[in-house]
Amino acid sequence: MLSLIVFLPLAAALILAVLPAMPDRAARWSWLVVTVAELLLIGVLVAGYDTPPDGGLAFEERLRWIPSVNSSYHVGVDGLSLPLVALTAVVFTACAVYAIREDRRPRQQAALFLFLQSVSLGLFVAQDLILFFLFFDLSIVGMYFAIAGWGHGNAARSALKFFLYTFLGSLALLLGFIGLYLAADPHTFDIPELVAAAPLAGRPVVGGLVLAAILLGLAVKTPTVPFHTWLPPAHTDASAVGSAVLAAILLKMGTYGFVRIAMPVLPEAWQAWSWVILIVGIVSVLYGALVALAQSNVKRMIAYTSVNHMGYVVVAVGAAGILADDTAAARELAVVGAVTQMVSHGLITAALFLLAGVLYDRRETYEMGEFGGLADPAPRFATLFAIGGFASLGLPAFSGFIAEFQVFAGSIGATWVAALALPGILITAALFLRSAQKLLTGTVGGRAVGFPDLHLRETLPIAGLLVLALFIGVVPWPLLDLIAPGSAAVVELVSR
Amino acid sequence: MSDEKPLALLPEIFLILGAVLTLLAGSFLPRHRQWIARLVAVAALLGAGIAAAAALGDPIQSVYGTTFIIDTGTVFLRLVVVAATLLVIGLGVDELAGTRRESETYALLLLSALGAVVMGSTTDLLVLVASFLLGSIPLYGLIGMLRSPGAAEAAMKTYLLGALFGIVLMLGVSVLYGVGGATAYPELALGLARAPAAAVAFGLLAVLGGLMFKAGGVPGHFWVPDAAQAAGTPAAAFLTTIPKLGALLAAYRLMTVMPDSVDWPLLVAVLAAVTMTVGNLAALAQTDVRRLLGWSTVSQVGYLLLPVAVVGGTAAALPALLVYLGGYAVTNLTAFAVIAAAPGRRTVEDYTGLATTHPWLGSALVVSLLSLVGTPPTAVFLSKLGVFTVAWDGGFAWLVVIAAVNTVASLFYYLRWLGPAFRRDDSMEPAAGLAPFATAAAVAGGVGVLVLGVIVVSLAPVVETSLGAR
Repeated sequence: MLSLIVFLPLAAALILAVLPAMPDRAARWSWLVVTVAELLLIGVLVAGYDTPPDGGLAFEERLRWIPSVNSSYHVGVDGLSLPLVALTAVVFTACAVYAIREDRRPRQQAALFLFLQSVSLGLFVAQDLILFFLFFDLSIVGMYFAIAGWGHGNAARSALKFFLYTFLGSLALLLGFIGLYLAADPHTFDIPELVAAAPLAGRPVVGGLVLAAILLGLAVKTPTVPFHTWLPPAHTDASAVGSAVLAAILLKMGTYGFVRIAMPVLPEAWQAWSWVILIVGIVSVLYGALVALAQSNVKRMIAYTSVNHMGYVVVAVGAAGILADDTAAARELAVVGAVTQMVSHGLITAALFLLAGVLYDRRETYEMGEFGGLADPAPRFATLFAIGGFASLGLPAFSGFIAEFQVFAGSIGATWVAALALPGILITAALFLRSAQKLLTGTVGGRAVGFPDLHLRETLPIAGLLVLALFIGVVPWPLLDLIAPGSAAVVELVSR
Repeated sequence: MSDEKPLALLPEIFLILGAVLTLLAGSFLPRHRQWIARLVAVAALLGAGIAAAAALGDPIQSVYGTTFIIDTGTVFLRLVVVAATLLVIGLGVDELAGTRRESETYALLLLSALGAVVMGSTTDLLVLVASFLLGSIPLYGLIGMLRSPGAAEAAMKTYLLGALFGIVLMLGVSVLYGVGGATAYPELALGLARAPAAAVAFGLLAVLGGLMFKAGGVPGHFWVPDAAQAAGTPAAAFLTTIPKLGALLAAYRLMTVMPDSVDWPLLVAVLAAVTMTVGNLAALAQTDVRRLLGWSTVSQVGYLLLPVAVVGGTAAALPALLVYLGGYAVTNLTAFAVIAAAPGRRTVEDYTGLATTHPWLGSALVVSLLSLVGTPPTAVFLSKLGVFTVAWDGGFAWLVVIAAVNTVASLFYYLRWLGPAFRRDDSMEPAAGLAPFATAAAVAGGVGVLVLGVIVVSLAPVVETSLGAR
């Protein structure tokens, strides 16, 4: 079942890639059909999911792959990965709908994005470090081509920067994985086995170095300050769907790595470093928000709010490593908040990037100063942009509120220092209100004159994503019930 | 003597007979029938390959005293050299067919391949010297075959360096023989253990220098980029691949007899670090793709030396080395096959739009270059994972970090080639035709890189089990 879900898009991508005679229309529609099929399959998966007992995995599959190094094709889902798997299917479907009129090499684009979907799903279900790394690296390769091939502006340069940065991160990650492999006895790359063994316990220096390598790899991908500099150019120059996937899915690979690998496998080192992680998180929150406030380019601004939003996740996982008496419940809450934030940020930011893409489609600029009074010619755009902004700043009734509330309630429960990140919310609110003001209100001027409103193919995916965010905000318990057991397990493991 | 078993050397016999027959056939055939000579060469290679495969799983044996050892390493080396030489002929057919020196080229390829196999399978210093000459002299001819000024210069440079390092090698062999009292490795190991450390270190350094000339590693690397740039494509592909295979396995075998009195692991580790760094830094500035690849092969030797540095420390060193040799050979040849398939393109800018006009070739280029970087799921990724792991396990974590940093640096120049290939360029005149054989070789190689990338490590257990059977 899981293998089918992971490899179906890849198979479709290969077919699309080797059929040069396929008409553009057929290519775009087959992309959409495959993503919808994936959505249905994952719907079945979610419906059939029961939380496995004692932190086990559901829908587990394990095949011999590289027995000489104890690495196997091992996949499975639990409460931490299933929400992200579902998010992947949703975001890619939204992108397929949005790109249904794409006229720049649509066949190749469909193949590339199906490939990326396979890679992303594979990463979230991987239970083996080599398998995880394989998908991690392939996501970088795929996104490089997505930016370089369909971007605009200085796309080649941004793509190169993205590739170099994240590839450097991935190599640090690989070093960390090799360290884990060698430290485990018997040597293994299997994640559940490593979690059970918790190698490097009692070896603070080596454990710290290995964790540092893994953290570096994940921090580049997340990204946290000071490794975020690849993100704004990559987003600014990528196409709308490329940006949406990059922000909604690829950034999650970093934060997912924290809860899947770093925390459970290296609990002792994580505890020792948790203050550093927490502070990096706080700095990311504040710095991301402040720099976003200073942007005049709307897409760059959204990119920096991603740094800010991912910062909350880092704050939460950092706080979860700070052990103190009877804070276990609070730390659990923080981790639940972190995973919820991953899902929430994925939905909302994907919608915002698609909206920014609409601006560029019509007027070839992202400068907020060039527009004004868009609410008049484009009411649907204005409504959705306003909703997206409010959702992103964490207004109650949206998923962002649920996530950030839990992050802060949990983290501050663990340590008051986490409260230093609170101003981030205020700044985000200010910047979204300001951007909505600049773009949507006032007299119709500049390039807003005669701005065509959203078409159905644009409205549908954007509204769909925001409705989901709203749904999670209003009825959060199905998602939280899914995440909570997994988070409890992580907190228990990291407290060892 | 009971260990005189000529049949154990059947693959080598095939190669030398093939070389002679190819040369003879070529001398009597008119130019438009030179393809018969090509068939003779291919048949000899296939024969050698079958004979090598037949020895899979046989117990380890020494033949002709301790001159040759037929173990997993030798069998694997024979198979890789044969397959790689076949691929070289495949990618070179378009360029060579009907030229003046077609059959001579094939004969030289076979002879040099034989030199590499002998070098990697011998356990005697004297045979090592002979194999050095056997492998090098045909190489000089191959490089100069094009008869262009550049090729002449490269051939001269290679020849002079080869002569120098050949003498250094012989000097080292004399010293080791002098202090160790034997040239055969088993007795040599006993002798060296009692020998003065300084003399052993000097001898080792000199022998290693000779091997580094063949492998194209520091300090014997200067000829590689020139030769790769100026020689014909098949010769360039050959000289950046096959000699390395034999030389690195020979280095591995040599290290197994070195005594603990000399800190040879550190020496090899430093050579590895310098080689990979020099190769990468020099490659950064290149715009000619052949020269770029030439330097990239230098840096690859650096990674290949990682398992050599930890020879005695871990049983996984030899499988890691062999797997990397195989993965490297197919990957590097695929990259050269792409060059051969698109003749006339010299600089990275010439490749602009390649992926649009020739998607298959573009895919082969992506796969081979990403494999050279070490991205999954390609052959060199799993190979690199293997050598990183054994090096770390053997106590060289710092070297692994240097190797990882170098890998990132290598990304710069590989992407500088990939970038234009995927840029769309509408101003390009209609692309020139492709060389059919080379295109087929490139695509086959690309598939090989991916297949090995997924299953190459299933080779490792085979290698390990047969080692365990010793």
